[in-house]
Amino acid sequence: MKISEKWLREWVSPPLSTQELAHQITMAGLEVDAVEPVADVFSGVVVAEILSVEPHPDADKLRVCQVSAGSETVQIVCGAPNARTGLKVPLAQVEAELPGNLKIKRAKLRGVESQGMLCAEQELGLSDSSDGLMELAFDAPVGADLRHYLDLDDQVIEISITPNRADCLGIAGIAREVGLLNNLPVNEPAFSKAPEAIADTIAVEVQAEECCPRYVGRLIKGIDISRPSPQWLQEKLRRCGVRSIDAVVDVTNYLLLELGQPMHAFDHSKVHGDIQVRMATRDEPIELLDGKTVTLNDDTLVIADCQGPLAMAGIMGGQRSAVSGTTKDIVLEAAFFAPKPLAGKARSYGLHTDSSHRFERGVDFELQLHAMERATKMLLELVGGEAGPIREVVSKNHLPARPDVVLRAARIEKVLGLSLPADEVERILRGLGLGVTETDGGWRCSIPSWRFDITIEVDLLEELARVYGYNRLPVTHIHAKLEIQPRPETDLSIRYLRRHLSARGYREAITYSFIDPQLQKIFDPEQEPVALSNPISADMAVMRTSLLPGLVSAVVHNVNRQQPSVRLFETGLRFIRDESGLRQVPTLAMVSTGPRFEESWASPVDAADFFDVKGDIESVLDLTRRSQQFTFKSTSRPALHPGQTACISREGDVVGFVGALHPSVGAELGLNAPLYLCEIDLAALLEGKIPKYAELSKFPEVRRDLAVVVDKTVSAARLMQDVRMAAGTYITDLRLFDVYTGKGIDPNRKSLALGLTFRDQSRTLGEEDVNVAVGQVIDLLEKNYNAELRN
Amino acid sequence: MENLEPLANQARSAIAAAQDSATLEKLRVDYLGKKGQLTGLLKGLSNLSPEDRPKAGALINVVKQELQELIGERKTTLDATAIKAKLEQEAIDVTMPGRATASGGVHPVTQTIERMEDFFSAIGFEVVEGPEIEDDYHNFEALNIPAHHPARAMHDTFYVDEHTVLRTHTSPVQVRVMESQEPPLRIICPGRVYRCDSDLTHTPMFHQVEGLLIDEHSSFSDLKGLIEDFLRVFFERDLDVRFRPSYFPFTEPSAEVDIACVNCGGKGCRVCSQTGWLEVMGCGMVHPKVFEAAGIDTEKYSGFAFGMGVERLAMLRYGVNDLRLFFDNDLRFLEQF
Repeated sequence: MKISEKWLREWVSPPLSTQELAHQITMAGLEVDAVEPVADVFSGVVVAEILSVEPHPDADKLRVCQVSAGSETVQIVCGAPNARTGLKVPLAQVEAELPGNLKIKRAKLRGVESQGMLCAEQELGLSDSSDGLMELAFDAPVGADLRHYLDLDDQVIEISITPNRADCLGIAGIAREVGLLNNLPVNEPAFSKAPEAIADTIAVEVQAEECCPRYVGRLIKGIDISRPSPQWLQEKLRRCGVRSIDAVVDVTNYLLLELGQPMHAFDHSKVHGDIQVRMATRDEPIELLDGKTVTLNDDTLVIADCQGPLAMAGIMGGQRSAVSGTTKDIVLEAAFFAPKPLAGKARSYGLHTDSSHRFERGVDFELQLHAMERATKMLLELVGGEAGPIREVVSKNHLPARPDVVLRAARIEKVLGLSLPADEVERILRGLGLGVTETDGGWRCSIPSWRFDITIEVDLLEELARVYGYNRLPVTHIHAKLEIQPRPETDLSIRYLRRHLSARGYREAITYSFIDPQLQKIFDPEQEPVALSNPISADMAVMRTSLLPGLVSAVVHNVNRQQPSVRLFETGLRFIRDESGLRQVPTLAMVSTGPRFEESWASPVDAADFFDVKGDIESVLDLTRRSQQFTFKSTSRPALHPGQTACISREGDVVGFVGALHPSVGAELGLNAPLYLCEIDLAALLEGKIPKYAELSKFPEVRRDLAVVVDKTVSAARLMQDVRMAAGTYITDLRLFDVYTGKGIDPNRKSLALGLTFRDQSRTLGEEDVNVAVGQVIDLLEKNYNAELRN
Repeated sequence: MENLEPLANQARSAIAAAQDSATLEKLRVDYLGKKGQLTGLLKGLSNLSPEDRPKAGALINVVKQELQELIGERKTTLDATAIKAKLEQEAIDVTMPGRATASGGVHPVTQTIERMEDFFSAIGFEVVEGPEIEDDYHNFEALNIPAHHPARAMHDTFYVDEHTVLRTHTSPVQVRVMESQEPPLRIICPGRVYRCDSDLTHTPMFHQVEGLLIDEHSSFSDLKGLIEDFLRVFFERDLDVRFRPSYFPFTEPSAEVDIACVNCGGKGCRVCSQTGWLEVMGCGMVHPKVFEAAGIDTEKYSGFAFGMGVERLAMLRYGVNDLRLFFDNDLRFLEQF
């Protein structure tokens, strides 16, 4: 909300600079976003009247104006289209200094002498843009200094009002705060009520009392709408960011800005029959003041006559009864529409107005008569006319209840950590407009009609803290019982996992949880993803069922920026909807593309392959000390290479997979080099095992190597598992140290070289022990794997 | 015996001239071996008269010992030279880069969260996580954000359906903890949150760390102490911290926390929009309605909550000037952390 500092100071003017004032109200919870002068610095500009306008002899777009500056008449060459005889405009006289270090000099424009410049608002720093000369009020005194006349030595203070402080959505409310903070009385402008000159009244029927507990209306007849708003009124509105329309609308806006009471004026000649305040009927149309037609729902309150809706109550008036240049008689409305029924209604029609903003948050429900009197008085002064009696329809039962709130002195100390003297407590509460009675151990407070946010004790505590000053409250440190909490040794830390992957060359990425549905479909076509009903963009429309689409996109981003090697990992949730409902599964994913080692004199340049990533994930499995529970099996998955993909199981349950990106998917995404990836449930990785010591053998180990030729389709893992079983109890290590295909081997077969290590705890193994074991292994291989022993 | 001195001289110069240990060994055999020339002279002593023998024998032995020593010294010299030559041969350029494996790293957002977790766990806060797709109740209702609250408008919240949202803050985790555990509680809840907002200073996903403390004696002044300490430890500076009244539906009293701009020290600059202050977090005393929803006795217990945007603090800490960089995952960015 923008307010004029001068306007505020009419109500209360503490001895503070603008900056000090802004700081003070910010620290009281009314956050000042900006303080800006209402005009840039300029001098030598006066109010002038255009006496005549003649065409320029040598220029189509220029005109020669004779302009009265009061004591003298000067000739000005001007290009503005709105220059016309009788118009009052700002004149920058010779020697005037305008914003941007512009100094006005006597000049000739296309041969015609010009003794100054007529100004637009923009040229004076009064607005950001303008089309033509600034038009001053008809009664502007010619020759007067413009700064003085417009009272431009003022600042606009822009304040963010939090939703709970509707009482501060007007000058009066902010003045109340400033008065209290500075211990100063607030001076509301005094006025005398306008007399009831006529007996004409309007009939008002409130059907929806719950939504409209108070409706105040009055007829004013015989106004002269052709009389424009005076400059001071236009200026005050402009500084608060409101455009001047006509005197009637300007007065309603003035009171909205000053008191926080939204008002509305109807053209009485367009209102047929009684005024009804009722719920709209379903699909009832209304053309609004902004020209748009809205089809109403039956949960929307309207002001209507016998022909239909006149206004969306508390939101916007309708076109049919709008005040126009021909309006003579008006119906002026000041109502209290209840916040709850109105909440969200404007937004449901895509609307948000100064009026709906205030009503939704809460307008002082005792303000309407007062606002009506002020508005009447102002209007009669500005546009004449005669006022009828005020018609008020009130449903006391539906006015907001304001139950007393009890404040216990002890709670101040307990919640705020502050001991505040009783008289200071009372000063603050009374200053806020509360009625305060002392009780045993505290106070009973009655809450004023403008405070919708004080209903319980803590609300009062907040008020005390706020006015006393948060920064003046003591600073202490928490005290707590120190108890050691359980920390299961088998719960592995994700931090350790991250550092482990970092050490293996992976960088952590964080990708969006919502992804492109197309990409989702490529990677996981069988999963129907959770879709957002209001995505921010089409390519962020579904929740990921896998972390890989995001990571692969990050690889593409980097490859496109000339990174030869990209290794990324991410941890986070993937979102799976299945029979059991929605599962949000903590997951680790890794991707790798490019050379195995950084380019170096010391390293070969070969590309990483499947077994690099498999080795990386195996090293992660080793961290759990349960790696023997995990198995890898050939599998196929969408988007992955059919011959280079394995699923990872833990004791029979599939927990993840590792594989190569399908080359055609890679090509589609713009990746030319192979990309390897892995995704696995984090739960499987974060459950460790407590180590159990096994006695070290004092006896030497024996190693035997075997090379066997088997079919290419044989799974090395299965073969090794069987070998281990067949090798008896002495085997301590089994490794595959070479794999060979090619010359000397049947093209459908491969040679596997196995290293077997044997050792016993209690004795040195003899040649015979080992021969027996190896013999069993060879038997098994020959029998079950059709293996030939190589020499 | 007249041969002794010429023989000794001959041997001396031969030893001095020897260039390797093999030559030296040969000289030793030639002069001092069983069939060596000096040994021959000793054997010839028997030809001398018994009274001359001892004297002559002693002379020969002196020479023998001298030659042995000379050979030893020469050997030492030759060995040292040989080792030196070998080591010279083996010299490498130690300034060449070491054998590299690719370097990895942890995302700056994660690093920032981990730092925050460390500060709070050190004083007994437990780290708790929760779901990101949340129900309406835990994200809003239980936090005293009724149906018409502006924060629930479509423009802020991502909806999955009418009753399901992407959590807009990590506060629902606090609600879940309050539902399942008895006070006293000290928890912090880090994680991803979502707001339907995207421009220069907003990404539709970001991270928060929120904290909650509930105890029989916890006050706003404790909250102030904790937050001030945290910010000073986080930025490792004796910062000015100020608390401004504000509004959150789930706390009362509520405060926004500003720190003196870490870029200009409070003088006013581009980073702080010339105000000298940076808004870094929100906090307040837990609203009684939140306690009531969770079934916590508001007379016995009081508590406070606080929440901060991780990216915002990481940007200030590390001087990052564009929020979106955190989610581009550009290696040139990630490598800097």
